[in-house]
Amino acid sequence: MTARSEWPLYEVFVRGKRGLNHVHVGSLHAPDERMALTNARDLYTRRNEGVSIWVVRSDAITASTSDEIDPFFAPSGDKVYRHPTFYAIPDDVPHI
Amino acid sequence: MPVPESGAEPQTAAQTRFDHTLARDQRIEPRDWMPEGYRATLVRQIAQHAHSEIIGMQPEGEWITRAPSLRRKAILFAKVQDEAGHGLYLYSAAETLGADRADLTERLISGRQKYSSIFNYPTLSYADVGVIGWFVDGAAICNQVPLCRSSYGPYARAMVRICKEESFHQRQGYELLLTMMRGSEKQRAQVQDAVDRWWWPSLMMFGPPDGNSPNSERSMAWRIKRHSNDELRQRFVDMTVPQAERLGVTLPDPELVWNEEREVWDFGTPDWSELQRVISGDGPCNQARVERRRQAHEDGAWVREAAAAHAARQQDRQAAQDQQAAQDRQTAQTAQLKGVPA
Amino acid sequence: MSDDHVYLSLAEASPEGDARWAFGTGFEDPLHGVDTALPESVDPAGLAALCLALGDDALVSAQRLAQWVTCAPELEEEVALANIGLDLLGQARLLLARAGQAEGAGRGEDQLAYFRGPEEFRNVLLAELPNGDFAHCVVRLLLFSSWRLAAFQALTAHPDPVLAAVAAKGINELAYHRDHAAQWTVRLGDGTEESRRRMLAALDELWPHLAELLDGEQQQVRAEVELTLRQVLDAAGLPVPAVPEAASGRGRAGEHTRTWPNCSPSSSRWPGRTRRRHGDRRHGVRRHGDRRHGDGRDGDRGRQVPAATRP
Repeated sequence: MTARSEWPLYEVFVRGKRGLNHVHVGSLHAPDERMALTNARDLYTRRNEGVSIWVVRSDAITASTSDEIDPFFAPSGDKVYRHPTFYAIPDDVPHI
Repeated sequence: MPVPESGAEPQTAAQTRFDHTLARDQRIEPRDWMPEGYRATLVRQIAQHAHSEIIGMQPEGEWITRAPSLRRKAILFAKVQDEAGHGLYLYSAAETLGADRADLTERLISGRQKYSSIFNYPTLSYADVGVIGWFVDGAAICNQVPLCRSSYGPYARAMVRICKEESFHQRQGYELLLTMMRGSEKQRAQVQDAVDRWWWPSLMMFGPPDGNSPNSERSMAWRIKRHSNDELRQRFVDMTVPQAERLGVTLPDPELVWNEEREVWDFGTPDWSELQRVISGDGPCNQARVERRRQAHEDGAWVREAAAAHAARQQDRQAAQDQQAAQDRQTAQTAQLKGVPA
Repeated sequence: MSDDHVYLSLAEASPEGDARWAFGTGFEDPLHGVDTALPESVDPAGLAALCLALGDDALVSAQRLAQWVTCAPELEEEVALANIGLDLLGQARLLLARAGQAEGAGRGEDQLAYFRGPEEFRNVLLAELPNGDFAHCVVRLLLFSSWRLAAFQALTAHPDPVLAAVAAKGINELAYHRDHAAQWTVRLGDGTEESRRRMLAALDELWPHLAELLDGEQQQVRAEVELTLRQVLDAAGLPVPAVPEAASGRGRAGEHTRTWPNCSPSSSRWPGRTRRRHGDRRHGVRRHGDRRHGDGRDGDRGRQVPAATRP
């Protein structure tokens, strides 16, 4: 067995331009964080795609599981009052 | 991504949720429960796709140092680099299913996993670079654009990225051929020769005919695949025939004729025994392709080991530093408590 | 369905979609807004010679990096080395084009790249040495990019606005190349016994070529190169040899090794493996009737199957 498997997996997030969130774009292998960052730059921003990159070890991510989908996300599904369209405002009220 | 968990026995509720997700044409994501067959099929398909990108660097990569102009050199260099990138996107998607890239690479170089048969043909002249862009990337686009809506999220997203990037690959090939067709008699002959050699292998890229493609139906039911091999092949022929006319080359198929009734091009039958031969390892370049990949992987072993060793040592140093700092802090605190000036 | 036509779905450009995918847009011409007329204060022959030397270094280095394609120790490194190669190829094209303009004989980048013999090339020997193992690749890149970055920093003040602009663009690229090489130097120097042994061997072979890089350079450039190399090698736990005084090669004078990597499309083998003697005129005088500008007329191609050559 080669040592390649000892290069851990990193998840890569790229900010496409100023004013946008970082988005998950994929993953890569690297021996350390510094190399993960430079590899991410080479791999995921070959076409001028980014102004900022985050890398994080895949095994450092805590994620919700699909079993938890309902308890996690269903409760927010009925809170329609969080959405602006819930509120009826007469058409002649400006700037709202 | 963390390895997704899936129950050992079919969990009815989970299976139902999976089926509903597919029925609503929504995406399955890495941590969702999925049937083992679905996972295995995906890993196999994505790995083969990734291997194809990586092996596919070789036929064209051989021409980078000998490209006929610096502009062409830059284009080809960037294109072959993209292929490495696309291989990485795909391996990354396979890893969300719990596969390990080192393991997939082992399978490739030991011949246990396949890659597209097309890359087992040699590139004999620079016209081949153009024809590969036109046919092979054209066929890949036909295959891949529908995969952008494949049911497995990471695969579909990788395909979106790849398709976006590959849109230049086919165009550069066609543009190169247009240039050569405006050149000397010899150049035009080279283009025609390359077209003659690559046409049938390109049609075979879509796989065996539907009647003889056992896994297709299941893949389509799972919405991993969205069109049959023959549908995609037809689409490729219909797209390519007018491009060939415009270019001024003849596609090497005497049976190629416009079907008024169906409004598609009828075409001859590829030599399926050739596809079988090439897939099973007996193509012109199979050995050389796998051998090159194996050699690169083995030659790189000491580099990968050294980088891992350095990273481990750095971590140890960091840990020792942190421990020392913690000790220092504690000593200072203790001293403070005792009223001893630090 | 959006995939019914192959390109339709690709053409569905939505601002939201692109932002979500972080796809790149907006490419800049490095010479945008730069006056390309030759300033009167600049000696055309001197400028042509300088651009030619810098352009040849980059072109020959890019050729060597292109030979790493499909041979890199890991796929991520495949992409990284290609990026560096593409950067250098881009620098070569701009510099050769400028050399041709300054020379004023109507030669463009391709004339200069394809229709000169090795004795007319001015690249340093370091750039053309045949590829070795990955340690060799790293050490060469470290030496080359440390020098080139320092030299380009000085060139941003050059009176020729085009060369100054090329240098300004190149600085960002070269800083990255140097950083990449420096990181690998530290990893391999401080990696395993084998990696350290290979790094020492590569330093042994390549270090003497530093003299040709530094030959005639300003004191400030020399000092920066020496400082960088000392810092990197120290961090890697590798010995820092004394900077050699006498140049071991005369690539700048057109004296090249037998392995000089030409760009010829008709070469039947990978350039690294061609074994023509330097000075062999056959290198540069192929098909003079077949003038190639930019990309308008790609030349004839050989039909030979390239040997599967590894670096």
